[in-house]
Amino acid sequence: MLFYDRLQFAFTITFHYIFPQLTMGLSLIIVYFKWQFLRSKIEKYNHAAKFFMKIFAINFTMGVVTGIPMEFQFGTNWAKFSELTGSIIGQTLAMEGMFSFFLESSFLALFIFGEKLMGQKLHFLTGFLVFLGSWASGYFILATNAWMQHPVGYEILDNGKFVLENFSELFKNPWLIPAFLHNQVASLVTSSFVVASIGAFYILRKKNLEYGQLFLKTGVVFGVVSSILIVFPTGDWNAKNVAKYQPAAFAAMEGIFETETTGSEIVLVGQPNMVEKKLDNKIAVPNVLSFLTYQDWNKQILGMDKFKKEELPTNIPALYYAYHIMVGLGTVFIGIMSLAAFFLWRKKLYRLKPLLWTIMFLVPFPYIANITGWYVAELGRQPYLVYKLLKTTEGVSPTVSSGNTLFTLLGFVALYMLLGLLFLVLVGKTIHQGPKHKTH
Amino acid sequence: MEIFWYIIIAVVLIAFFILDGYDFGAGIIHLFFAKKEEDKEVITKSAGLFWDSNEVWLVAAGGMLFMAFPTFYASVFSGFYLPLIIVLWLIVFRAIGLEFRGQFNYQMWKDIWDKSFGISSLLLALFFGIALGNIARGVNLGGVENGTSTYEAHFFFLPLWNSSFSPLAENPGVIDWFTIIIGLIAVITLAIHGANWIILKTNASIIEQLKSIIFKLNTTLLILTIFSLIVWEIVNPNALDNFVKKPYLIVFPILYLTGITGLFFVKKFKKETTSFLFSSLVIFGGISSSLASMFPAILPSSNNINPSLTIYNTTTNAYGLSVASYWGIVGLILIVFYGIIQKRLRKGKIDQMDYGH
Repeated sequence: MLFYDRLQFAFTITFHYIFPQLTMGLSLIIVYFKWQFLRSKIEKYNHAAKFFMKIFAINFTMGVVTGIPMEFQFGTNWAKFSELTGSIIGQTLAMEGMFSFFLESSFLALFIFGEKLMGQKLHFLTGFLVFLGSWASGYFILATNAWMQHPVGYEILDNGKFVLENFSELFKNPWLIPAFLHNQVASLVTSSFVVASIGAFYILRKKNLEYGQLFLKTGVVFGVVSSILIVFPTGDWNAKNVAKYQPAAFAAMEGIFETETTGSEIVLVGQPNMVEKKLDNKIAVPNVLSFLTYQDWNKQILGMDKFKKEELPTNIPALYYAYHIMVGLGTVFIGIMSLAAFFLWRKKLYRLKPLLWTIMFLVPFPYIANITGWYVAELGRQPYLVYKLLKTTEGVSPTVSSGNTLFTLLGFVALYMLLGLLFLVLVGKTIHQGPKHKTH
Repeated sequence: MEIFWYIIIAVVLIAFFILDGYDFGAGIIHLFFAKKEEDKEVITKSAGLFWDSNEVWLVAAGGMLFMAFPTFYASVFSGFYLPLIIVLWLIVFRAIGLEFRGQFNYQMWKDIWDKSFGISSLLLALFFGIALGNIARGVNLGGVENGTSTYEAHFFFLPLWNSSFSPLAENPGVIDWFTIIIGLIAVITLAIHGANWIILKTNASIIEQLKSIIFKLNTTLLILTIFSLIVWEIVNPNALDNFVKKPYLIVFPILYLTGITGLFFVKKFKKETTSFLFSSLVIFGGISSSLASMFPAILPSSNNINPSLTIYNTTTNAYGLSVASYWGIVGLILIVFYGIIQKRLRKGKIDQMDYGH
């Protein structure tokens, strides 16, 4: 029963998260363009803002239609979990709907249809409210997830139900703010790469050159800042939280099979060998992990050998790879974006074809990094839905058979393949038409 | 506090059916009556400009239901697993039909998405009616067979149908002849509502024709309503007890009948909004009457072993409900406020609107 439910949730949420990770970051870049236009009155900034709002709108529609199933799947596939924890996560999820989703969808429509009617200042304001709505959405979703990672403000009744005991604790959760900031900066990385990549494409195609340069410049500047922020302080802060609140998950994601007598090494490369409980082909740097986590070269970090099997994440290799892919890609992003920023400063970037090609083709990788980042959080929490308190096995719908779940999973796969195809065609068409294209 | 949240959620849900209902209805009318390309285009636009801001009401209702009545949310969503997932797919299909139709300008492309929009609107209306029918009929809570429960008392699972298609079977499916009748009522109601919306928002060439169609559909609706009341008494003998015990609840059915009566005068109204308000009244009256008939139950049990789900046995702790009422009221005020801004910005007929891009 459990397997298909998990697969369906993983598949639908992975597909869904392709879209919000772009819209959250992109809304900030759109606000920036619109603000530049208000300040300088140069038309190209306004066209840039409206062009990216078109891309935003396609992504938003996809986000809505794939997001509604997410909300409902809590009830359909995870009925027991919903029943037991609805009193708490229902709060944050309902707030997401009421405060952010409404805000975002209403003002997106106003931004797209109301420019002439409202004048430029109000138009800027609607853009800003779209940004606010999309970030608030991220905030409430992260608050929900933070509660599952590190439950606070609850009370467990005799019948096993979690009920809310302190509302404000949900938002003072020490897990929330670092996770939220990390997530938002990560979405800014994706959007910066998308903006820069479209810019590089226009320059290489020798089309819309003026916009190509603007997009590339903006994408690189946002990209270099966000790629650095993703590691420090937000990534660092999160890793320390995992080490503090989920030490078993920390050991697994870092690939520490054995506890060392002094400081722990940091693993760069290696494949978890679950039979012999070691890493094959390991390349590691001694003591660095202890320093990064505790600012103490010799501080001991517990390895997986110090935890009981049932405390450890259920899929250690997947968790380990997800984490190392995320970190590895993050490092690549800093490298490429810093290089691009350097040549931008030297005024050579627009002529540097190899770098432009690299930036253009790099665009899928921030998506992969974002999604693997979420896998780290979710796989690390296993075997629990609510960390240490409610097991994943206890959360599924008691009456829905696996045959039915497989049926709906297959349906979602087919439908989302179609959606993905349409999405690519539409985004491709919008990019092809370019920022100066007037009509619908 | 339970009653407060019950009313709030009911209002949000009814708002969803009135608001998104018109674009479902527009889809149904589009499927059967729009023949010319200009009509098709303007009808899809009359739905396409509004569907997403209407569907957020569904998201809000879902979220609040989850928070305030988690046991009900869990029981109903897993119990009606298959129809619910199918509804989700249809919602996706409908949305992509609306959004993608205008993206390429050749007929075959438009025809595909027109059909996708029309058929999924029709099926969604049917499924929403069937859902209401299931709640009116009650379900076999706990999955009772031969006097013993298969699941915990508040869980159940319904197949899409069983071989008899009878609501009187021990384990009726989601689709049986009773729920089909309610489904048809929903389809007709939303078709009328959608036709009113098209009359209100467009200058489509079929407007006069639509008025006669509304009249005919309304006659059918009245007959089906009376028929469904009779069979409802057979399917669920206690169905109308609440109206006898608490006579003031009669106000909801009266609103429903007022709506139907008003719609018979569709050709006489001077203002196009009047007819739209009457069909809104039908939706309001229909749903509120159904809810009132079973209050405080929200999902009646069809067996004698497990009790019905009520707003009291499916809710959460008082603290959670009361803290949520603070942000809930603020949220609702904001939602209504956004809605008004939006509708004002896009007032008037679609054909005369300047899309501004």
